[in-house]
Order: sequence, then C-alpha cells, then structure tokens
Amino acid sequence: MAAAVSLVDVVKHYGSLQALAGISLDIGEGEFFGLLGPNGAGKTTLISTLAGLVRPDAGTLKVMGYDVIADFREARRRLGVVPQELVFDPFFNVRETLRIQSGYFGIRKNDDWIDEILANLDLTSKAETNMRRLSGGMKRRVLVAQALVHKPPVIVLDEPTAGVDVELRQGLWQFIRRLNAEGHTIILTTHYLEEAEALCNRIALMKQGRVVALDTTANLMAEHPGASLEEVFMRTMRA
Amino acid sequence: MIGFWTLFEKEMLRFWKVAFQTVAAPVLTALLYLLIFGHVLEDRVRVHGVPYTSFLIPGLVMMQVLQNAFANSSSSLIQAKITGSIVFVLLPPIPYSAFFAAYVLAAMVRGLLVGIGVLLATVWFVDLQVVAPGWIVAFAVVSGALFGALGMIAGIWVEKFDQLAAFQNFLIMPLTMLSGVFYSIYTLPGFWQGVSHYNPVFYMIDGFRYGFFGVSDVSPLLSFGIVFACFAGVTLLTLQLLKRGWKLRG
Repeated sequence: MAAAVSLVDVVKHYGSLQALAGISLDIGEGEFFGLLGPNGAGKTTLISTLAGLVRPDAGTLKVMGYDVIADFREARRRLGVVPQELVFDPFFNVRETLRIQSGYFGIRKNDDWIDEILANLDLTSKAETNMRRLSGGMKRRVLVAQALVHKPPVIVLDEPTAGVDVELRQGLWQFIRRLNAEGHTIILTTHYLEEAEALCNRIALMKQGRVVALDTTANLMAEHPGASLEEVFMRTMRA
Repeated sequence: MIGFWTLFEKEMLRFWKVAFQTVAAPVLTALLYLLIFGHVLEDRVRVHGVPYTSFLIPGLVMMQVLQNAFANSSSSLIQAKITGSIVFVLLPPIPYSAFFAAYVLAAMVRGLLVGIGVLLATVWFVDLQVVAPGWIVAFAVVSGALFGALGMIAGIWVEKFDQLAAFQNFLIMPLTMLSGVFYSIYTLPGFWQGVSHYNPVFYMIDGFRYGFFGVSDVSPLLSFGIVFACFAGVTLLTLQLLKRGWKLRG
C-alpha cells in the first residue's frame, strides 16, 4: 500500500518545550487512521506541521509523495484539514465561505460538489445564513465542509466532534465513512475513544511528542483482552 | 491565478459589505476637515497662488487614500489572526507573492474608492483644475499600494488590536498629518522643512497635488522616484516576511 502520508524524524521545539521528538510514521492510502493522546501530546502540532501551518525543526513530511515544504503547493492541494478551533469569517454566509475556499484551491464553479457537501452535512437550509448566526455545531459542520471543497485525497479531522450533538456525529461519521470507502485517507484525532475504536483501522498513541504505540486497532485491543480502547489508552499512558 | 483572484475578491467583499464604515465614513471625515479648515482659512491663506480650499482638497484625498489602504490590509490580517480564520488562507496552496498581491491590490482599491469619494464630495466647493492627470493617477496608485503593503507588515507583526491602534496613531497618523496635507512645508521653520523631507508621505501629497495645480514644493519626478523606491523597499520586505512565514506560520 502506497503512503498517503509519510513522516520521517519530525522534530519541533517551542522554546525549551519539545513538542515533537522525532516522529516517524507512514499512513497508507485509504486508511482510517487514529492519532490519539492526552492534551499536549503533540497531535495538533503534528497535524499543523503536516498542513504547513507550523515549520518543523527537522525531518521530512510528505503528503501523497509531495514534500510539504519543497512541494507545498502540490502537498496542500491533496490535504484537507478540519481545525480544532471553531473558527469562521464573520463577513460571509455558508455558501460564500465554501465558494471562497474552493477558489483558494484553484476551483471555480464548484457548486455541484458544494451542494452535495451541504446536503451530506445537513447544511442545505443554512446555505445562505451568515456564519455568525450559526450554532457551534453548525459552524463545526461548515469547517468540515471547508476541508472537503477541493476533494482532497487526505483528510485530517482534528477533534471534529467536540461540542457536536449526537445526531450530527452520526451524520458526520456516515459521510466520512463514505469518503473513506471511496478511497480518501482519513486521519482523526479525538478524545472520544469509542469513536476511534469504532472507526479507525490503525491507531497511533502519542505521549510527550513521541509515538508510544502504533498498530491496528484489532492488535492493540488483542494485547489487552477484554479491555476497551479507553482502558488500553490509559494503560499505555501510565506505562 | 484563481487563488489570487479569489483572495482579492474576498478582500474586496470584506470591506464592501461594510462600505458605510469603510468608504462612507472616511469621506464624511474628509468633508468635515474641508468645511472647518476651508471656512476658517479660505479668505486668509493662499498657497502657491492657489486658494486654500482648492489647495486642501488634493491633500485630503491623498490622506484618505493612504489611511484607508493601510487600514484595509492591516485590519483584515489582524482580525483573521485573532479570530483564527487566518488558517483558511494559510492551508491552501496560494503562493506568498499572490497572497501579497491580493491584499495590496484590494487595499489600494479601497483607498482609491475612498479618494474618489472624497473628490466627488468636495469638488462642488471649489473650481478644481486638473493639469496633469497622469501624475494624479500614478501617485494615487503607487502610494495606495505602498500603504497597503505597510498595512500588511503591521497586520502580520501585531498580535492585538491595541498594538495596531498604536501603529496607526503613533506612526501612520503623524506621517500623514505632518506631510503637508494642510499646508505647504515652505511655510514651516527651516528645521521642520528639513524634517519634512524625510517623510515619504510629503512626496506623495506634493506630487499628487502637482497633478492638479502644476506647482509643487519638489519636482514630481523626484517625488515619484522616492515614492516608488519606498514602495519597492516595502514590497521586498513584505515578500521576505511572507516567504519566511514570520508570525504567520509557527
């Protein structure tokens, strides 16, 4: 299986704090990959480095074979990121937001796909609503939609269901599963470990900037018979 | 190119959606300046043989071009940084040169729109001549672009709104107000005349005014050379900052 994402010895410091301590990792095309760890483990830094929002001190990162620094344009075209923070531009409505985001990725006349995303995320009725007037859950859906406008082969979801009601979670996961089934690689970080257990084929557990466990979900669970992923997570973090 | 045009259109829409605040309000401010200073000084002051109100109008137009071009790029960037929505323009594959061009062009357009608005609102009060329209356009465009680029540097550099306010109040405002908008620098004492020659905004106002009256404190060619050199310098600096991702990419 070809690597959708390839990380080699990625190091990042913030002053004296070592956020990433030499991460090496390959994520295959079409995987549903979980990146789990406690707060401060380095998950968001790793994602930000992959997305070009943070520059690594050392190491190489590739998306679909393209280096995120040397070939940043090609790498970014192939990556969609749902950021953790609930951010939005208050000047625009939902449809304008998605058209603008499409344009940033070099795509005009993208309304057919935008309509499909809106329908799948149950946002059709809110298409002409200003972003300021949306609830937190609705804003979260728009963030997901923004990450998908350019149909990236690799989709990173950084805690996409934080503060989202059960109904939306179900709808969101159904849509993401469909994208994964169509061949999109999904990288998920979440604190809802039952979601990771249900969705992810393979999981990396991170602690203090390092990957401390990396295996298929089934193998991780098999090492701790009868334990839930939450218990596996707790035991690994205490070790 | 689509990324550039989209970012440019987004920046245009951003200020156009609040045009009452971003275009109409500065036009009103300039009109008030004209009414107050014109009323007080019209019968007492002539500059280069030009009645005071006529002399004042090009200065007010250029002052608003500069201040609004600066405000557009700086406020857009600081708002995006503080709200976190800057990620939407950092994640896509937009080259830093296109990023620069989109912000500066939109800032320049806002500045020019306000400038045209000021001109249209004030021209009824005087018989304003136009001697060299080419110089008028050249100074307005390059000066607006220069202040749009300066606004980008400020927007990238500052981290809080009060820092941006300090930048505006302690740098941009004095540079524009003390540049000869309201007076000819040759009415100043010798020392302050000398100081004024170190203010690049003086050359923008003086060259712009030449386009209307055909008279200026300094040759328009020299003024344009200085303004263009400043624009080139600020452009190179801004492009370097964007290339390095300074204060934008961790």
